[in-house]
Amino acid sequence: MDQVVHNQAVEQEAHGGHAAHGEGQQHPIKLYLWIWLLLFVFSAFSYMVDYFQLQGAVRWTLILLFMALKASFIVAIFMHMAWERLALKLAILVPPLTLLVLIALMAIEGDYTFLTRIASFVH
Amino acid sequence: MSHEPSALEPGFRGVSADWSADKQAFPVPWGKAMMWIFLLSDTFIFSCFLTSYMNVRMSTTETWPNPSEVFALTVGGHHIPLLLIAIMTMVLITSSGTMAMAVNFGYRRDRKRTAMLMFATAALGLCFVGMQAFEWTKLIVEEGVRPWGNPMGAAQFGSSFFMITGFHGLHVSGGVIYLTVVALRVLNGFYDRKGTYETVEVAGLYWHFVDLVWVFIFAFFYLW
Repeated sequence: MDQVVHNQAVEQEAHGGHAAHGEGQQHPIKLYLWIWLLLFVFSAFSYMVDYFQLQGAVRWTLILLFMALKASFIVAIFMHMAWERLALKLAILVPPLTLLVLIALMAIEGDYTFLTRIASFVH
Repeated sequence: MSHEPSALEPGFRGVSADWSADKQAFPVPWGKAMMWIFLLSDTFIFSCFLTSYMNVRMSTTETWPNPSEVFALTVGGHHIPLLLIAIMTMVLITSSGTMAMAVNFGYRRDRKRTAMLMFATAALGLCFVGMQAFEWTKLIVEEGVRPWGNPMGAAQFGSSFFMITGFHGLHVSGGVIYLTVVALRVLNGFYDRKGTYETVEVAGLYWHFVDLVWVFIFAFFYLW
């Protein structure tokens, strides 16, 4: 019983920061419109990278930069991650970092396969 | 209990307090926590697809078909590279915007606006899937792309393309159904009777995630 009451209290606290406006995640519409606009701009920029056929390091840097910016804004603002508690942020955002290991391993593997193929096609 | 609700601490002390205390770890509605965990697992699925795509693209000795050319459209005699994909990207971003606003109006208990914005989101999602169907048809019928080969270069292009965009398209289609169901419930007052509109936010999380995945597909598959 005590536990139940406590949980309810915790739940209310979670929404406490916005209690003045009512329940849940409430933020000004203006903020959403700004992020929306930014996402359009970043998408247009990344499209321009291809349209003007930028190549080499400039291309990869710009593509990754716009990708990271768009992804961060979507997660932080649209998915409200910016307003969640750190415990939830860590539980959701840290595990995907293990994927870097997979990506590194598969990059090494891909490179190795490529070299093996080149070597066997030469003979 | 020693913890008063008002004593919730911020920062890393808060993390250890949240995780070690004999209580609910995440002070959010359970549906939201579960959706986040589902999305985390989905992140791993899509990452595996994209990583396998990276692996086959790195290891092939044939040239990779140039996406800029493959996905070009000819409009009124003008050859515009990647046009359809750019439009699809804009449609999906727009739908993310309408969804964010729907969540907002949901918490304001504005039933009509919430439902309308959600229907708009679903309609844009449907539009996206339609364009994807057009893209697939064009690639299969006109360009002769197959999962096992294509006339433009590396055979792995087809399998990577169909797998990644197909799985994403499936997510969008599922999302359209999901949003439609929730929007209908918003309209008939289900969440007013339930006393909370958090389901709208949870559906929103799913939809934004679909948009998020597209950001990565757009960068790695179409622009790389």
